[in-house]
Amino acid sequence: MSQTQEKYVGQPVDRVEDAALLTGSAMFSDHLPTRIGTLHAAILRSPHAHAEIVSIDVSRAKAMPGVADVLTGEDLRDISDPFLIVLREPILQWALAVGKVRYVGEPVVLVIATDRYRAEDALSAIEVAYRTLKPAIDPEEAAAEGAPIVHEDVGSNVVSTRDFVYGDPDAAFAEADRTVRLKISYPRNSHTPIEGFVATVAYDPATESYDVQSNFQGPYSTHTVISKALRVSSSRLRMRTPNYSGGGFGVKVQVFPYIVLMGLASRVAGRPVKWIEDRLEHLTGATAAPNRIVSIEAAVKNDGTITGFRFDQLDDYGAFLRAPMPGPLYRMHGILTGAYDIKNLSVTNRLLLTNKCPSGMVRGFGGPQMYYAIERLVQRIAVELGLDHYEVIRKNLVPAGVFPYRAAAGALLDSGDYPAALEKAAREGRLEELRKRRDKARAEGRLYGIGYAAIVEPAQSNMGYLSNILPLAERQKNPKGGAVSNATVNIDPLGTVNVTADSIPQGQGHMTVLSQIVADNLGLEPTDIHVNLEHDTAKDAWSIATGNYSSRFTSSTAVAADRAAKKARAKLARIASQTLNVPPEDLEFGNGRIYAADNPDNSVNLYRVAGSAHWTPGNLPDDMEPGIREIGSWSPPELEPPNDKDQINSSLTYGFVFDFCGVEIDRDTGEVTIDKYVTMHDSGTLLNPKLAEGQVHGAFAWAVGCALYEEFAYGEDGSFLNGTFADYLVPTAWEVPEPQIVHMESPSLVTPLGAKGVGEGNCMSTPVCIANAVCDALGVENVTLPLSPNKVAALIHGEERPPPEGAEAPPAPKDAADNVIAGTGEAFVPAAQETVWAALLDPEKLAAVIPGCHSLDRAGEHAYRAEVSIGAGPVKGRFKATVALSDLDPPNAATLSGALTGLLGLSEGTGSVTLTPRDGGTALAYDYRIEVSGTVAAIGGRMIEGAARALVRQFFERLASVLAGGPAEAPEADAAAATWWQRLLAALGIGR
Amino acid sequence: MPQLSRDTRHAVSFTLNGKPAEGHAEPRMLLSDFLVHELGLTSVHVGCEHGVCGACTVRVDGAVSRACLTFAVQVDGKRVDTVESLSPEEGGLNELQKSFRKNHGLQCGYCTPGILMSLTAYLEENPKPGEAELRDMLSGHLCRCTGYVNIVRAVMEHVGKSA
Repeated sequence: MSQTQEKYVGQPVDRVEDAALLTGSAMFSDHLPTRIGTLHAAILRSPHAHAEIVSIDVSRAKAMPGVADVLTGEDLRDISDPFLIVLREPILQWALAVGKVRYVGEPVVLVIATDRYRAEDALSAIEVAYRTLKPAIDPEEAAAEGAPIVHEDVGSNVVSTRDFVYGDPDAAFAEADRTVRLKISYPRNSHTPIEGFVATVAYDPATESYDVQSNFQGPYSTHTVISKALRVSSSRLRMRTPNYSGGGFGVKVQVFPYIVLMGLASRVAGRPVKWIEDRLEHLTGATAAPNRIVSIEAAVKNDGTITGFRFDQLDDYGAFLRAPMPGPLYRMHGILTGAYDIKNLSVTNRLLLTNKCPSGMVRGFGGPQMYYAIERLVQRIAVELGLDHYEVIRKNLVPAGVFPYRAAAGALLDSGDYPAALEKAAREGRLEELRKRRDKARAEGRLYGIGYAAIVEPAQSNMGYLSNILPLAERQKNPKGGAVSNATVNIDPLGTVNVTADSIPQGQGHMTVLSQIVADNLGLEPTDIHVNLEHDTAKDAWSIATGNYSSRFTSSTAVAADRAAKKARAKLARIASQTLNVPPEDLEFGNGRIYAADNPDNSVNLYRVAGSAHWTPGNLPDDMEPGIREIGSWSPPELEPPNDKDQINSSLTYGFVFDFCGVEIDRDTGEVTIDKYVTMHDSGTLLNPKLAEGQVHGAFAWAVGCALYEEFAYGEDGSFLNGTFADYLVPTAWEVPEPQIVHMESPSLVTPLGAKGVGEGNCMSTPVCIANAVCDALGVENVTLPLSPNKVAALIHGEERPPPEGAEAPPAPKDAADNVIAGTGEAFVPAAQETVWAALLDPEKLAAVIPGCHSLDRAGEHAYRAEVSIGAGPVKGRFKATVALSDLDPPNAATLSGALTGLLGLSEGTGSVTLTPRDGGTALAYDYRIEVSGTVAAIGGRMIEGAARALVRQFFERLASVLAGGPAEAPEADAAAATWWQRLLAALGIGR
Repeated sequence: MPQLSRDTRHAVSFTLNGKPAEGHAEPRMLLSDFLVHELGLTSVHVGCEHGVCGACTVRVDGAVSRACLTFAVQVDGKRVDTVESLSPEEGGLNELQKSFRKNHGLQCGYCTPGILMSLTAYLEENPKPGEAELRDMLSGHLCRCTGYVNIVRAVMEHVGKSA
């Protein structure tokens, strides 16, 4: 009988995770049990981008039913420290704002109550007085002299500037035939996991320790940031994470400030505290990849050879530099020359702070921004030299046969054959056909373009890369480099195999891959291996690199598990060798048995051998420890600290991705359609091709979003403008085409399994590939993402011309960055003009007419103060309103101005109304212009605008009804379950 | 329609996946919160709480509904089905679920139960959708992991097999 066991690594094995997920039994963070008596938190957030906190009155909130406590930043200062950051600059952030708010959505007050509903109720009873300051929003303005300063004690919004030079860039540029330049601006966006943050923290006063249950995803270097903020040693901060997380994409490291916040709340309240983030909070206040402005130059020869690059990078990290920032600049540092053989390089990195949400880890982590600059520039080089873009890429690639190859800034490219990969992609993806398709489309007058992008995809970060931000002398005092991973293989007395590890999975299928690896080592089936990836820092091995980020798994945790399994195998072989009388090295494992390689019939069941390590430890070889619980740990030696030339091997493995695509642009609407997309990946050895392809599909889909739809939009005043999934547009099944994937496998030389990263490449290659295609289609020099139809249409048709004299202007197209709502309308009230006029000046009548009005007091001549409730879409709240009438022309016309202030934000507006007698009644014509900020702005124009229109309409309906002697609520309004005013207020977040 | 008073927990009883279920809820309690936090269901996942992402999709008297846009008191006396209802009597996965596993139609799995509920209702009415129709229907759900390719493959293979 053949005992040869099938190998599972490299096979498209079905996932062991799926049964629980498909049947709904998998527990995500919100489903985990909490202790009886756990309190629930809600957070009051800043409606302003930049303001001093003048006063906070929480007395009413504290008295509300179910409320256990209310905390402000001042309460936290005494019991916690600001978050550690990489720079020695006074950029101090506590878990709640102290003194001043620096972005819309910044946590200001925390309420903890018996349930989430009551906690949220109490938010509306908190009164915060702000003195608003001019915000720093636009990155270049924020970096300039005289800009409003986000952190006064630093004195500048540019908090770090570092220059790096490799080779001799000055000579390269002096000797070049020409210099090609481009300036790019990469937008803010985020991968927005569908599950938001969840954190439950219990403080134990007896041991002065914190027990955290959250969907934190690492890196566990952040563990130190949390424990320092909480003022406890790291062993008194227990962090637990579950087996299942609803997507991470890097974003879930940023749950850490809330872990600190809930920890402190638990300490104050004496009970566990749980917080679940909602979508509005996530989009407004979780994190985003930094937006970046890059001025890039290439020294080129007329044949297309690139001899040098110069980068000037301005990276916008928002209001604080939270760990692990500024990773997006420095994680890519060693590979700043991309896929190209360029020896001369100079880089200036400037870190900028602005009044936006703090940036954080997001899939691609610096790659999308960097490659957008490089690959847009290479397209420009081709255009300016009149060469073929594909040929310019091919000409400059790192050649075959030179691996391992040290890139200018220090990356050690481990393996590959980039030119062969290019050719394979062109052949299998039928590039020639695509070119003909473009020619044909163009001959027919259609707008069609082809884009290319070649990138190197780094994986498994060197924990020392951030130290390159420090000058040589400083970083040499404490050199950092390496990346430790851990896994444990445990075989119990009955011979079943259990695996734990430090990967903190977010949906990639790590349990499956680990089961494949361990099964192969022990001659078992993957289904024989039970993998539990819940992680607990109090019990499991962990290190600073622990976690799930920067495509770490395949070259780290997977290797650690392989090492642990090999140790278990070696131990089993030694035990079995006593029984079988065969040297351990001559034993094979397969089909659950251990047998002599040259005589398979001489065999023993694996479970018996494992069992003997538990049942009869006395029979084990003398030096052998009892039981079988083997720990595999590893840190690749290639991950060294930065050297004295500032070179850093910032990642362990480097895959290669080459994409090309064809896009067609609708000449009328500017809509971009991806006609064909080919993506070629050399990710080393694929441990599970099915899962690898899944990673490519996922990265590609987000990249399509980045290219065409996704951007965190801020108004000039710093208002955040797209806080719902109706406004922050995530691509759906309708928008994402299926890419053609081409694979090549050049095993990595620096990891025992030969595997590289695969989940981030398209985040880096696809946005710029699509942008290059659009530039090719339109023949324009540059474009800025996302390529929304209005942006592209403006490139085709130019800016819209004003309408001809006398013609009515069509409604202006909504700009994503527009937080102004304007409209006009007419209403008819069946009452005499004088009566209507009198009603508008009568506070009692106004109170009855204004939808959602709780009270209305006179605040002066024709000026009123009111309290109103409004709700719109997902938000609702109570607002204070001030209304004043001016320019009175009785009984014909008046100007209204007013403001709404509430926890959901502010709105200020003006309007005018004119009254004309008609048909025995009065015709009213009105117009209004409302500027909104805070939450109200974040829920977006679409909801607000409709609600505003409805509210205004309802106001006049109610006016008509009141003047006719009827109830304030018109029947139609009842049917709609809300008056116009309620719906407006609802739109503004105030009503219920 | 009965008048419910706020701040009062009202009895709610209904049929959940074929079995009687009951609890108490204030009128404002969302069905999603009620199913997860009162009844302990782990299959209901909340993604946006404003009806766009589709992760919380369940069926109420057979109709596909967003649990985050439904109040718990609204299902009193009704039939609510979540993804647990899809398993065959002997347990395990039904054919559609198996096709999801085989085609790697899920990664983190957070959006998956909602998608399966919508698909189940949709396929009852449209047993043989074309890919374009299917993608149009799926556009009511957001998935951030899969790029939708393998979801589409899983469904198309499933409907092809049941031909």
